[in-house]
Amino acid sequence: MGQKVGIEVSIAAADAVGLCDVDVVAAYPITPQTHVVEHLAELCASGHLDAEFVPVESEHSAMSVCCGSAAVGARTFTATSAQGLALMSEIVFIASSMRLPMVMFLANRALSAPLSIWNDHSDTMMVRDCGWIQVFCKNGQEVYDAIFHAFRVAEDKRVSMPVMINVDGFGLTHVIEPIEFWTKEMVKEYLPPFEPLYTLHPDKVVTMGAFGMPEIFTEAKKALDVAMWNSAPVVVEAWNEMAKLTGRQYMPVETYKADGAETLILAMGSICETASIAVDRFREAGKKVGLVNLRLWRPLPKDELRKALSGAKDVVVLDRALTPGGANSPLTAEIRSLMYGETARPNIYNMVAGLGGRDVTPEDITTMLEKALADQHKGYYIYGVRG
Amino acid sequence: MASVANGVSMMEKKMAETEKKKVIKPLKNFPMEEYINSGHRACQGCAEVLAVRHVLKAIGPDMVMAMATGCMEIISSPYPYTSWNVPWIHVAFENAAAVASGVESGLKALRRKKRVPDKDVTILAMGGDGGTTDIGFQALSGMMERGHKIIYVCVDNEAYMNTGIQRSSSTPFGATTTTSPAGKVAPAGQMTWKKDMTAIAAAHGIPYTATACPTFFNDLQKKILKAKEVQGPSYIHILSVCPTGWRVPPQKAIEYGQLAVDTGVFPLYEVENGIWKLNRKPKELKPVSEYFKGQGRYRHLDEKLTAEIQEKITARWNRLVELSGADKES
Amino acid sequence: MTKPMDQILWQEIEPGGVITEPGNASCYHTGAWRSQKPEYNPNLCIKCWRCYIMCPESAISPNYDTNEFVWNYDYCKGCGICAYECPAKAIEMQED
Repeated sequence: MGQKVGIEVSIAAADAVGLCDVDVVAAYPITPQTHVVEHLAELCASGHLDAEFVPVESEHSAMSVCCGSAAVGARTFTATSAQGLALMSEIVFIASSMRLPMVMFLANRALSAPLSIWNDHSDTMMVRDCGWIQVFCKNGQEVYDAIFHAFRVAEDKRVSMPVMINVDGFGLTHVIEPIEFWTKEMVKEYLPPFEPLYTLHPDKVVTMGAFGMPEIFTEAKKALDVAMWNSAPVVVEAWNEMAKLTGRQYMPVETYKADGAETLILAMGSICETASIAVDRFREAGKKVGLVNLRLWRPLPKDELRKALSGAKDVVVLDRALTPGGANSPLTAEIRSLMYGETARPNIYNMVAGLGGRDVTPEDITTMLEKALADQHKGYYIYGVRG
Repeated sequence: MASVANGVSMMEKKMAETEKKKVIKPLKNFPMEEYINSGHRACQGCAEVLAVRHVLKAIGPDMVMAMATGCMEIISSPYPYTSWNVPWIHVAFENAAAVASGVESGLKALRRKKRVPDKDVTILAMGGDGGTTDIGFQALSGMMERGHKIIYVCVDNEAYMNTGIQRSSSTPFGATTTTSPAGKVAPAGQMTWKKDMTAIAAAHGIPYTATACPTFFNDLQKKILKAKEVQGPSYIHILSVCPTGWRVPPQKAIEYGQLAVDTGVFPLYEVENGIWKLNRKPKELKPVSEYFKGQGRYRHLDEKLTAEIQEKITARWNRLVELSGADKES
Repeated sequence: MTKPMDQILWQEIEPGGVITEPGNASCYHTGAWRSQKPEYNPNLCIKCWRCYIMCPESAISPNYDTNEFVWNYDYCKGCGICAYECPAKAIEMQED
C-alpha cells in the first residue's frame, strides 16, 4: 500500500499521470488547470518522467496533438478547462468518433461571459454528447485514483475511447487533501501497457479519419453509440479491480443514507461532499433525506440510477449548469427523461446552484430542498439569485 | 529556303533518330511506386493531386501523413475506400500541423522507449491554401516554432476549391472567385494581395523553406528530399494549378505552372538555414499578361489592372533576386 | 474486397472507421468520367516519360517488353495532359 500524504489535488493528479508512464502530454495553460500541467512539465524537465511534453499554442492544437499521438499508440494526456474545452471541442468530438484512447483532466469552470475563472459545470455540459466516457469526482483521493482508472478503461481493447475526468475548479483542484499514493508496483499490476487496436506506422498501413457519405454516416454513429454502452461493464470491472488493490470501491451510482429516504438529493462532483453534511442534518432532525452521487455521467448508468431513485417520493437535482431558454437544466433533463417511463415515478425538482463559483453551503442545500418541495416547482429554479 | 527534297530527308533523319530512341530506358532517380492509388476522385487535370503524387514518391514508404480537410482529403477517402498506400490520418481542417506534431511526438517517445521499431519515419503534414494560410495558420506556426521534425506541404490552388471556389488569403490580387467577384466596387475581383506564406514560414527561422510546382517535378522532388534530411521543421509551398477553379482547360494544367514560374508570378526559390536562393532565374521574365491569358478567373482584368499587377510582380521579383544575391552573380 | 458503402452494416465498420486495406479505392473506376480518350502512336513516341510523369491519375505505365507506354483506361479521366504535353505529338485526344 502506498503512502498517505497531504498534497494539492492537481499535483497529486499530475503525479498519477507520471506514475502511468505517459508518453505524450499536450496542453495549453488555463486557470484552474495550470498546476496539473506545470507539475507534468517539471517531471519531464527533471527527467523523472520520460515523456514528450508538447507546449502547444492553443487548446485546439492540444486536442489535435493528442489525436496524433494516440493514433500512433502513445499513452496520451491533456488537461483543460472551460474556454479551453470550448476551443478544442471540435476535436473532442472527433477523438471519440475515431476511437482514440486518451485521458483528459477537466478542471470544471464556468463558460464566459461574463468571464469567470470559477467553478460550475457549464463547460462539461457543453460537450455532453461528445462521445467520451465522463466521470465526476468529489474529493482528492477520487481524482487521484480516477487517473489510473481512466487510462486502464480508455486503452482497454474492448473500449478504445477517450475518458474525461471532471474535477471541480479550485474547490477541488487547488485544495490540499490527504491522499493515499499508489506504488509503482501497484500501477504495474493495475495498468497494462497500451496495445492499441490500430496504429499509424509504415509497417502496417491504415487510413484513419475517412469521411462518411450519407450512406454510411448513420452506421458509423450507431457503432459509436454501441461502443459507448459496451464500455460500461469495463468501467465497472476496472473499479472492482481497483478495490482489490486499494480497498476503495467506486460505483457508477453511489448513495448516502438513501435507504428508506423519501427525498433524495441528486448531484455530481464535489458538491456531493457538501450535500452529505446537509443529509446528516436532515437525518438528525428525523427527516428521511438521502443522497445519490452520480459518478459515471457517460455512459449513463440507467439501471443503477432507476434503482436508486425509484423508491423515493421526491428527487431534488442540484444542477451546476443552466440551459437558457430550455425546459430544464442539463442534469435534470437527463434524470427526468430517464424516469419518465417509470410507473412509480418520483417528483423531480430542478435546482440550479453554484454558478460561476457561487459558494453552496450545507445550509443552502437545506434551504433549496425546502424551497423545492414547498413550491412544487415543476420547471427549474435558479437558487440564490438576487432581485 | 529548304526545298521539298530537303524537307523529306530531314523527316527521314528525324525518324531514324526516333528509331534509335525506341527502347524505354528506366527513369533515373524517379521512384516507380505509387503511394496515392488510381481511383481517386480529383477533377480532370488536377495538378494538386499530381503534386501529392510527386511529394510521396520523393519521400517513399517510410512515412506517416497527416492531412487537413480539403480537396485532397475528400477525393481520397470516402469510407470504406482509401487511395492511400501510406499510413494516413485526417482529423479536421485547421489542425494538420498539430496532428502531425502529435504523431511525431508520439513516435519519438515510443521509439525512445523501444515500443516501436527503431527506424526513421518521415512525418508529412499537408493542407491546402485555406488549411494552411487561413484556418490552419496558427497550428502551423506552433508546429514550426516548437521545432518538430515534420515536412509541412501546402498545396496551394489559390482558393477554397473544395467548397466551390471561394477566396482565401492565398488568392492572388485580380482573381475572381465566388466570394471575390469582380464588379463596379471591386473591379479586380480579389482586391488584396496574396499572403506570402513562404516568407512567413522562413521568418520562423526553420531550417528549410521552399516553393515548388509539379511542372518542375525534378526541382520539387529535390526539395522534398532536402526537407526530409533537415533536423527540424520544413515548409514547402507548392503552386497547384486547378483547372476547375481557375477556369482553364484541364490539359493546360502543366503549362500554366510553367507560365506562373516564367512570368515571376510564382518564383521557385528556397531558404536554407537563412540563405535565400532562386532556383530558376529566366534571363527575362515573360509579361504577366501571358500567364493571365486564357484563365477565366482573370478574364475581367483591363490594361490598367494588369499593369498594376505587373509592377508588383516585378518589384517582388527584384527583391527576391536581391535577397538571393542572384543580382551579384555573373 | 470491400463492400459498397450502402451495404455495410454498423457491425462491419472497423472501430473508428479505420480502413485496413491500403489503396482499395482502385476498385473505383474513374475511367467512366472520360469523354475524350488519348490515342497513342508508339512509332512517334520518343520514350521521354513525360506522359507518365505528368499523369495525375498514375494511369500510364511503361511496358518494357513491347517498348510502349500503356494507358489504363479504367482510371484515365481523359484530361488530355499527356497529349498536350507530349513533345513528339505521339498522343492524340479523340472522342471516346
